[in-house]
Amino acid sequence: MSIERLIRNPFMLEIRNLHAGVEGRAILKGVNLIIRPGEVHAVMGPNGSGKSTLAQILAGREGYDVSEGEVLYGEKNLLEMDPEERAREGVFLAFQYPVEIPGVNSTYFLKAALNEIRKHKGLAELDAVEFLALVKQKMKLLDLGEDLLKRPVNEGFSGGEKKRNEIFQMAVLEPKLAILDETDSGLDIDALKIVSNGVNRLKRPDNAQLLITHYQRLLNYIVPDHVHVLFDGRIVRSGGRQLALELEEKGYDWIIREEPQFA
Amino acid sequence: MSTATETIEGFVKTEYKYGFVTDVETESAPPGLNEDTVRLISSKKNEPDFLLQWRLRAYRHWLTMADPTWAKVKYPPVDYQKIIYYSAPKRKGAGPKSLDEVDPKLLETYEKLGIPLKERERLAGVAVDAVFDSVSVGTTFKEKLAEKGIIFCSFTEAVQEHPDLVKKYLGTVVPYTDNFFAALNSAVFSDGSFCYIPKGVRCPMELSTYFRINAANTGQFERTLIIAEEGSYVSYLEGCTAPMRDENQLHAAVVELLALDNAEIKYSTVQNWYPGDEQGRGGIYNFVTKRGMAKGKNSKISWTQVETGSAITWKYPSVVLQGDNSTGEFYSVALTNNYQQADTGTKMVHVGKNTRSTIVSKGISAGHGQNSYRGLVKVLKGAANARNFSQCDSLLLGNKCGAHTFPYIEIKNTSSKVEHEATTSKIGEDQIFYCNQRGLSTQDAVNMIVNGYCKDVFKQLPMEFAVEAQKLLGVSLEGSVG
Repeated sequence: MSIERLIRNPFMLEIRNLHAGVEGRAILKGVNLIIRPGEVHAVMGPNGSGKSTLAQILAGREGYDVSEGEVLYGEKNLLEMDPEERAREGVFLAFQYPVEIPGVNSTYFLKAALNEIRKHKGLAELDAVEFLALVKQKMKLLDLGEDLLKRPVNEGFSGGEKKRNEIFQMAVLEPKLAILDETDSGLDIDALKIVSNGVNRLKRPDNAQLLITHYQRLLNYIVPDHVHVLFDGRIVRSGGRQLALELEEKGYDWIIREEPQFA
Repeated sequence: MSTATETIEGFVKTEYKYGFVTDVETESAPPGLNEDTVRLISSKKNEPDFLLQWRLRAYRHWLTMADPTWAKVKYPPVDYQKIIYYSAPKRKGAGPKSLDEVDPKLLETYEKLGIPLKERERLAGVAVDAVFDSVSVGTTFKEKLAEKGIIFCSFTEAVQEHPDLVKKYLGTVVPYTDNFFAALNSAVFSDGSFCYIPKGVRCPMELSTYFRINAANTGQFERTLIIAEEGSYVSYLEGCTAPMRDENQLHAAVVELLALDNAEIKYSTVQNWYPGDEQGRGGIYNFVTKRGMAKGKNSKISWTQVETGSAITWKYPSVVLQGDNSTGEFYSVALTNNYQQADTGTKMVHVGKNTRSTIVSKGISAGHGQNSYRGLVKVLKGAANARNFSQCDSLLLGNKCGAHTFPYIEIKNTSSKVEHEATTSKIGEDQIFYCNQRGLSTQDAVNMIVNGYCKDVFKQLPMEFAVEAQKLLGVSLEGSVG
């Protein structure tokens, strides 16, 4: 890659030789990954390969020990930042299991979150009227009912509503790097289309998306630029969209068999 | 232990911003309690003989009683001979006739507490009776309320101006024989608020009493009596603060409410007595008897309390549902932090037919705090079709605190329906992480989660006090973040 191209298109995220685990058990064993602005990456892999751990570590969840390697987010050392600092800097995690916060109104929650991010960027906080106008515009994207916003955060939401709500929050918060952790799980085909459509419309040249998924199905709707296969804590193969289709056809065993160290 | 838990524990450092002392000359009784103390208080207040005799009967009865020990609270025995039972700011001459004559230092004190008493700065729509140590220093909006026939004044004034009403109703809801602290209060009570809403009158503003303990080694024993005549309505609030002192101080109040046919009383408390320091030194012993008698048909009494202060809280605002179709409600948030202990709850006694009661209790424990809900639902034989719903939730912040629930249910007929739900939860690390991941700091996240948890209670409070209560909860949980 030429110097000019590097300057024009610097890395948004660079994961270098990341080793991490929980309570002495190694889960990630040397992950390398580069994401540039405007790109959509999919990390696929069988259960237990470390996909969700990767998402959690990037978002700053406690309880994981990083033993080796580093993660650069722009020019910052991501792993040294508090989770709220990462969020304010534009890292967003769409949770696999969105958390319920009883009694806390969804609108109030999201407004507080957005204003924290705006404050961090040196922008004026939005008042209730401005915020509601923004919300109404973004809700259309996800085909969400307005009553959802009057309810407490995720409380009593169906599985599909929770996932759509995550993408709705993403639409409002406009992150630079969105990590979608198994967003397709538990969605029926209609909901999957709505969520995918929402994600696709949020794609811009200056942001990036990292999709974590077990199944190829999501990638029929959100077309990735790069597909990576994570197995036993390492990315064992990377390729284009075609790789996902091959996986669908042949299963993960196919790659595992071809990896000399597992054969 | 993960760092998120440690961060939560960091929240237990409380800052108490009402801990200042007002420097005023006071007139105090010597410490100690005997018949002379009772006579002295009564004569200071120039009371009619019936009241002195009632006090003396209460005192003699108190001598036969012992401190209650059944509550889940621990404290060294109180030496009742070391307490000063009467302390009042010294008056020049006959005492203030109007608020303009009140010692400016006292007005300043209330201003500092956010309760301006001066005419032009008064809280709009809220009439205030300000009680300083043993006496009321002033009541706002008295004349405006009098136009509607509403009596709102200090208890002392009520004894002078409306002795018939006092004689008729005092002790009818909480007799002096009721319990140890009620007997003590009946013997030595020095002031409080009195409120009478005539038939068919809807009180046009919130009535409130603001209690302030200032003097050292002094107990505060106030008495509040509210009477709502047929078809009347009143919403009443009380707030409480005290200076920071290393010694414990006793506050033993009695509140009596009486609602006649179709009357409604809504009673809200934001209790923020000095809770003691981080090591549990000092703080107020808040031993209070509150009871409402829903005497009339279709009457309604509703208690809402937000208890964040006091070293020890011992308090069970109750409703006796005597009138047919009467309603009783109890909404409570009790927060114990550092070494605070709370044993609080309610009693709902169903006597009349088709009576209904609702109990919503939210306990929050942090630091080494111990929080107990103790509640009785009693349905008598004649209370056909009585209904009760109770929900008691406990939230734990950190792992050195405790939450306990003691529900008592006594049902004497077969047509009643009683429901009890209880939950205990720890504030979830996953909830905090979720908030963090959206850009919120851990402190904001904890405040938001705790406020959400208390929402069912806060929405019962009058608007401006709901905001106050939310802020108060935030302050009580405030601390150093990572």
